Amino acid sequence: MRAVISVVGKDRPGILAFVATECAKRTINIVDVTQKVLQDLFTMIMIVEIPEDLENMHKIADEFDELGKEQALRIHFMHEDIFNAMHTI
Amino acid sequence: MTRTSDNILETIRMIDEECLDIRTVTMGISLMDCADSDIDRACEKIYQKLMNKAKDLVKTAGDISREYGIPIVNARISVTPISLLASVSGGDCVKYAKTLDRAGKDLGVNFIGGYSALVQKGMTEGDRLLIESIPEALACTDIVCSSVNIGSTKAGINMDAVKKMGQIVRRCSELTADNNCFGAAKLVVFCNAVEDNPFMAGAFHGISEPDCVINVGVSGPGVVRNAVREAGPEASMDEIAEIIKRTAFKVTRMGQLVGREASRRLNVPFGIVDLSLAPTPAVGDSVAQILEEIGLEQCGGPGTTACLAMLNDAVKKGGIMASSSVGGLSGAFIPVSEDAGMIAAAEAGTLTIEKLEAMTAVCSVGLDMIIVPGDTTAETLSAIIADEAAIGMINSKTTACRLIPAIGKKAGEHLVFGGLLGEGPVMPLKTVSPAVMVHRGGRIPSPIQSLKN
Repeated sequence: MRAVISVVGKDRPGILAFVATECAKRTINIVDVTQKVLQDLFTMIMIVEIPEDLENMHKIADEFDELGKEQALRIHFMHEDIFNAMHTI
Repeated sequence: MTRTSDNILETIRMIDEECLDIRTVTMGISLMDCADSDIDRACEKIYQKLMNKAKDLVKTAGDISREYGIPIVNARISVTPISLLASVSGGDCVKYAKTLDRAGKDLGVNFIGGYSALVQKGMTEGDRLLIESIPEALACTDIVCSSVNIGSTKAGINMDAVKKMGQIVRRCSELTADNNCFGAAKLVVFCNAVEDNPFMAGAFHGISEPDCVINVGVSGPGVVRNAVREAGPEASMDEIAEIIKRTAFKVTRMGQLVGREASRRLNVPFGIVDLSLAPTPAVGDSVAQILEEIGLEQCGGPGTTACLAMLNDAVKKGGIMASSSVGGLSGAFIPVSEDAGMIAAAEAGTLTIEKLEAMTAVCSVGLDMIIVPGDTTAETLSAIIADEAAIGMINSKTTACRLIPAIGKKAGEHLVFGGLLGEGPVMPLKTVSPAVMVHRGGRIPSPIQSLKN
């Protein structure tokens, strides 16, 4: 099962590394990363593969939400189906 | 994979900044098998059935909301019109209301609809008992919603019921006068009521529905408004209509996804997606502001009906392809007290009840959440209900009245409900009397449009 992690916040060194580390801790595999810095705004979209046995996805979503708040970042962790549903026919 | 970063950011922007949400996941539950000649036994059966069927509803809605990152604002329940059970049991119907209220609160839903009667052609003893009990039922419960269908294109308008409902609406306000007349805000009087509407206060679980079903109501006036704004003032009306269609499509797809997922997890059949632009008092979540974005200085002025007709139609066209089953009311709601733009227009005097009546001929429902002076007579309320029902009957569409007489207040004063129901100014009404017409009673025969066979 795949999910999309989006991160927005003020740019500083180590944001990508931080999010990637948190993924690794949960054995979440990163499939694709798009990242940009516009002026000093950091924007990143990560497509990740969630292991089969991690069924409690809403818990991960809550954890990332919490981590984002601690780091002054806006982190959204969302099931990829939502994007497929809205943007493909 | 065709998904692009732009699509992802667009979705996130819609949710974060434009108030896109799933307004409600509503579980429809049939109570036909709870009917009993002993009202206390019937109430016990109802409580058990609701607790059994909907025990996971609120948790599941919460789980889906967090996993998909989509706000699901409300989980609700609609039930079989209680008048049918009252026909079997007789007795004091308020017991049913209290049972629904208790079950709903124990389940954690925020509204439970179906304290209803369908009397478009005539009234049974059960219907009469239920209607008489509505004011007390709504005053002594918190989350129970009531609706009465008094007309349809097939049956005409039951003017005896219209006369009665004017009195009932007034009584609802009087009994809850110390609580901002909240009772009347939970009562809808329909013409051509739909059986699968997930939105409150008018939701009930129709008798042709299965035992249990999941219906989803999506919203997103803010998203549509932003899309129209981005098109700029140069875009022609057909271009605007196209933009609204595309936006409605995306929003409905989200509703379809959530509905399917909720249905799978709860093991309950999926009913319909109701794509309605349902405003909230939140900034930017306003249907009036969409109309203003299309190019009106203020909602309620000349051009409003045309813009609303286009909006309502484009929303339906966009939604219809996005879902396996679009139903409910699907269109644009225009509740005055729940929409910041409508409130402003009503306060400025631009939006009058007469203009709202014209707008209801082209929107998806009717005169919704309109606060009228406290000294408005039952006859005047009945006459407004009859006018609104006539529009629905002739145009083969759903119309509704949710009027709140603000007891002790005059036109220009303010009534505050709070929460999703919002607040608004008391709107002036014409005071010439329709009493003789209302007291005639009887029926307005079904129109020629009903003879389609």
